[in-house]
Amino acid sequence: MADASFAVTTQPLRLERLTSLLTTACEQSEPGAGAVVSFIGMVRNENQGRRVERLEYEAYEPLAIKAFERIADEATDRWPEARLAVHHRLGTLRIGETSVAIAAASPHRADAFAACRYAIERIKQIAPIWKHEFFVGGDVWVEGATADPDDDAARQDAMRRACV
Amino acid sequence: MRVSIRLFARLRDIVGAGDLQRDLPSGATALSLWNDLAGEYPELLAYRDAVSTAVNAEYARMDAALADGDEIAFLPPVSGG
Repeated sequence: MADASFAVTTQPLRLERLTSLLTTACEQSEPGAGAVVSFIGMVRNENQGRRVERLEYEAYEPLAIKAFERIADEATDRWPEARLAVHHRLGTLRIGETSVAIAAASPHRADAFAACRYAIERIKQIAPIWKHEFFVGGDVWVEGATADPDDDAARQDAMRRACV
Repeated sequence: MRVSIRLFARLRDIVGAGDLQRDLPSGATALSLWNDLAGEYPELLAYRDAVSTAVNAEYARMDAALADGDEIAFLPPVSGG
């Protein structure tokens, strides 16, 4: 897992694994990386007025990996020199723990920023991953987007957010 | 034909199991299978317009024709990140 660009794991995430994967890969490319932009998502202590105690994440694992690969392919279509790595945590996470780590490398910073933002927006749209929120007084499955990779309007929305 | 079914998150909670097996008539689709399940578990009806499906771990349309041995997953709205 540690050497895979796209992974889901119950182990704690380490951002430096992703950045070293990308910088190693980019040493072989011409031009190489001039920028790495990273994003980590963390478990927040509050959601919609609820006092969150912990989250439990689950995934349809083989499809989640394919979704990450698809997102990276979409990013490469738009930013051909950008490379992505995505690791998502599963299982029980406490407040402040990292749930998702993304790194984007590119020869220039603008494409790296854009590809990184695009990746997190698309993960929220199409990655088959669910969070079960346990808060003071109850629990709820959080339900966001209906996953449809072929929904072009959703893809365009992610692209708009990436290119602000 | 015999297929296996994967259910996730609240869909699994509603049905009470994440893995099911079903014998289906030929011509069955993901949609017909979903409708069968929703007949057994009416709480699933709330997801009629919000469920996604995957066949053999690839996203598919609800009209996808099913074959013997397929794994069909039903996915409620996602919340990764």
